[in-house]
Amino acid sequence: MIRKKMIGSGLKGWLYLLPAILFLGFFMIYPLIDVFIYSFEEAYNSASQTYMGVGLYNYSYVLHDPYFLQAVKNTFILVIITVPLSTGIALLISVGLSSIRPLRNLFQTVYFLPYVTNTLAVGLVFMILFKKTAYTDGLINLIINWFGGSSVDFIDGPYWAKMFVLCFYTIWVVLPFKILILTSALSSVNQDYYKAAKVDGTSKLRTFMRITLPMISPMIFYLIITGFIGAFKAYSDAVALFGTNLNAAEMNTIVGYVYDMLYGDSGGYPSYASAAAIILFAIVLTITCINLLISKKNVHY
Amino acid sequence: MEVVLKNLTKKFPSRDRKNHEDVIAVNDFTFEIPDGKLIGLLGPSGCGKSTTLNLISGLLKPTSGKIFFGEDDVTDLPPENRGIGLVFQNYALYPHLTVKQNILFPLQNLKGKDKLSKQEMLEKAYAAAKLVQIDELMDRKPGELSGGQQQRVAIARALVKMPRVLLLDEPLSNLDARLRLQTREEIRRIQRETQITTIFVTHDQEEAMSISDMIVVMKEGVVQQIGKPQEVYDSPANLFVAKFLGTPPINVFDGQVRDNKLYIGEDAVLDIRDVADQQVYVGVRPEGFILQEDGPLCCSLNGVEVMGRDISVVSTNKAALNSTVRSIIGTENKVNTQEPQVRFVLKPSKVFIFSKETEERIDFEVS
Repeated sequence: MIRKKMIGSGLKGWLYLLPAILFLGFFMIYPLIDVFIYSFEEAYNSASQTYMGVGLYNYSYVLHDPYFLQAVKNTFILVIITVPLSTGIALLISVGLSSIRPLRNLFQTVYFLPYVTNTLAVGLVFMILFKKTAYTDGLINLIINWFGGSSVDFIDGPYWAKMFVLCFYTIWVVLPFKILILTSALSSVNQDYYKAAKVDGTSKLRTFMRITLPMISPMIFYLIITGFIGAFKAYSDAVALFGTNLNAAEMNTIVGYVYDMLYGDSGGYPSYASAAAIILFAIVLTITCINLLISKKNVHY
Repeated sequence: MEVVLKNLTKKFPSRDRKNHEDVIAVNDFTFEIPDGKLIGLLGPSGCGKSTTLNLISGLLKPTSGKIFFGEDDVTDLPPENRGIGLVFQNYALYPHLTVKQNILFPLQNLKGKDKLSKQEMLEKAYAAAKLVQIDELMDRKPGELSGGQQQRVAIARALVKMPRVLLLDEPLSNLDARLRLQTREEIRRIQRETQITTIFVTHDQEEAMSISDMIVVMKEGVVQQIGKPQEVYDSPANLFVAKFLGTPPINVFDGQVRDNKLYIGEDAVLDIRDVADQQVYVGVRPEGFILQEDGPLCCSLNGVEVMGRDISVVSTNKAALNSTVRSIIGTENKVNTQEPQVRFVLKPSKVFIFSKETEERIDFEVS
């Protein structure tokens, strides 16, 4: 009698979970397994569902493709520059915001504005700022000229200039959300800790390093992990600045490469796309595991 | 280190849009705290005792008045320069540091000529830990300690830099009843050993009376009475102090003085001298009732509660301001619970007369 009841209540639980399991199964787990399988099937044709052979040919092609290597290089540079910088700047701004009393709401609104903007619209604005056209050098170049430098074409010009704009843009777009999270984390720290530190004569820097940072470390850790994952998936930012033919602009990202492989010329190469996607998955997984290991020592819950 | 407060006042601007008067949290507080004593600031919520403590610590700036530590005027000094140790109500131990690191934290802030070597710091930390008997738990984090242990770590952290004055903000409020008795003895012991002038804030009168050398009773920012606990208990300055101290609380009656007699209701309970005829409040401590068959004070009996070492007679009286009158009498007395009435005679030392308008105590002599 009791066993029947126990099974009954378990059954209800499974029924509640069923819709979510079905959804996740069809749209996440099944495609994931499928992509993994495709990445090993050479010349897979999605229309006829045939493939030629099974092996590592796809991976070897992708890893030797100069476009892919350029995309990997771009993505890594983007990640390494934007994640630490955006988190650091967000931290500084949050601390600054929590220290001022007058006009705090005004500044919070101003710093949050980028969050509500549209990616492509902002891309257009950035093009106006940075792009050199036949009519004008762009606003930034005007400023550089005024300081005595020579114009740089940030959109069609040298690689470092384009990378600079992309990083600047990415940081600018992700900053508001990070500021929001950190501001709320800072205000959730119990004020008594600061009073106790004050009574003990702790310097501002020491208070920040030894009390504030450890107290908000879970939030910082969250931002770093999601920052890394998001940065590896960058694509729309590059398109907003440089248009859809990213290979020509040398500004492709890994996701862009996958997209090109799927929908590019002559019907696409789903096999190559799958291989590239699995490589991206492996990279992100590794970085996340490294982050988790580092966090064990430094994050205090 | 004596602490001298002179006309200390703290006003907070009113947030109420209609009523623009400032809130006076501490009103003209003058007191000289002798060196090496344990002082209790006692009062109900909102009476200004925590504000006073924050003013002494330096976390709040006074609106007017001065604070002296010994000869030094510390009114304008920030907290870190006053040489105080502060224990917060919720301890404020840094949760990500171990007990040892928590206690070392204040020492690591010393710079210049005061800077200590690592060895010296550890010695001081262990000495402080030993004083509060927490030296076994140095490597634990605060989350792994009980409330009482956290309390002791907070005290150790406050004491490790040998402050001139130790301040405790409601140290026992967060502890369960069993721990409170134990911990307040600890505080008393530590204070006696270190001889540091200690000021603590509490709303529990039993706690304040049991360990303080002197108590300061406050109400709405104004000091009501300062004195040794027994003195304040035996000679309250006004009705508020009389009602605040004592468990069970004092019984208050409407009464009058007429023709050199003190009346509670219609009963003439005491013969007294030197008091003009007037309406008064009469306060009688629970232990001031003596059962007597022909006693002057008559009350209707509600029941008898057994408390083990005493019995508590619960009765009602028309002139009483509370719904019941509680008296504590020894167990050798037998109360006849069948009788509707019970009669008492009063001990004069346990009877207080307060003016109806000012609520100040009126001295009297028994004739």
